[in-house]
Amino acid sequence: MGTPRPAIAYAALEHVTYVFQFGTVWRELDQLLLGAWLTVRLSAMAMVLGLAVGIVCAVGKTSSLRLVRGLIQGYVEAIRNTPFLVQLLLIFLGLPSLGLRLTPDQAALLAMVVNLGAYATEIVRAGIEAVPHGQLEAGRALGLKPWHIFRFIVLMPALRTISPALGSQFILIMLASSVVSVISAEELTAVADTIVARNFRSFEFYLTITAIYLGLSLVFQATFALIDRALFGRWGDRR
Amino acid sequence: MIREFTINEVWFLVQALRWTVLLALIAFAGGGLVGLAIAILRVSQARLSRALALGYIKIFQGTPLLMQLYLLHFGSSLVGIEANAWVSAALALTLYSSAFLSEIWRGCIQAIPRGQWDGAHALGLSHLQQLRLVILPQAVRIAIPPTVGFLVQILKGTSLASIIGFTELTRAAQMVNNATFRPLIVYGLVAGLYFSLCWPLSLLSQRLERRLDWEELRTVKASVQ
Repeated sequence: MGTPRPAIAYAALEHVTYVFQFGTVWRELDQLLLGAWLTVRLSAMAMVLGLAVGIVCAVGKTSSLRLVRGLIQGYVEAIRNTPFLVQLLLIFLGLPSLGLRLTPDQAALLAMVVNLGAYATEIVRAGIEAVPHGQLEAGRALGLKPWHIFRFIVLMPALRTISPALGSQFILIMLASSVVSVISAEELTAVADTIVARNFRSFEFYLTITAIYLGLSLVFQATFALIDRALFGRWGDRR
Repeated sequence: MIREFTINEVWFLVQALRWTVLLALIAFAGGGLVGLAIAILRVSQARLSRALALGYIKIFQGTPLLMQLYLLHFGSSLVGIEANAWVSAALALTLYSSAFLSEIWRGCIQAIPRGQWDGAHALGLSHLQQLRLVILPQAVRIAIPPTVGFLVQILKGTSLASIIGFTELTRAAQMVNNATFRPLIVYGLVAGLYFSLCWPLSLLSQRLERRLDWEELRTVKASVQ
């Protein structure tokens, strides 16, 4: 007895119709939920760090130094015009030849931060540009410190303007995180890959985690709406 | 045995680019057709078809493209069709693109002033005639820049087809890397090849958008004078 060998299992499939076995999914549910938590944690870290990169680069783009502006523009265009998978493989497989060896988890997080950072830069920049110039002058006329002008007159109104766009981009990077399973970084898709390699129930497991991803996007969407309301005091005022 | 990374390997990668382009074109054509149908359902007068279209969009925009690929790939063998990476990749990318294109186009349709619908209605046109003869011709103009921009997303999305074994640019890179073991050069070059396809499209999209803004400004000015 024991587990059937794959060749035999496939031969049998030619003669019988496929029987779905979601019971196996039920038995591994704790593993899948752990995977979902890993995806949430990885995505949340990427969102915080990616937004930080975006804010720094967007501020850098207002610099008077041409070189700084050019470098940031180059970074943004390079990331936005190449696939995430290639960026991930370049970081995970390519960086070791430059002497930087990363674990799969570190490479996954770095790739997500670098990717999201480029999109966040463009979004934050648009928000900063939307702040009327007169407001800055008013801040200076009131004698506010430069840091306060930046924080209260530039950054917060800018974030308020762009929070819907940022939310969509955050959800896109959470969904893209399933790709990091190709380097076996620990997250939901990789957990499913491991289970499927053991029991060959690929369709049942991938269907289940697809539903989990859908649930996660809805949860993230609701969370962003709550944060939006807490920070800016509004409900669903999505312009 | 480790092979050297020579001009032959470069040429192999450049040639693999055609499968990336072909897959993207199929996905764009298929996604465009399905996407148009979904967009029309989204602005339909029947509540049910609007809800169905919205559900379709939510599902495909709320799940990873990689999962859509896996489900089609592993699902096709369950219904007795031999799993074929070409078919799965083309189908998954079509469905994925259709969800995003339909949302882009719905936005363009709804950007057309309400008065245009009313005017067409006053001429005695049916809902579909209003859409086809009055609204869509105007919506197409504003739809072109974001549609070209989305082509970049499709081109980048085709790289995921490599994971189910479809030999396009990224998969070719894996093969070359396995033989030469020069990941930095191989993936750097591949990133450059994707960039050379995507960047011109991004620039074109931005330029078209600026021209549209400019034209709109001119019409507004002309109507003020």
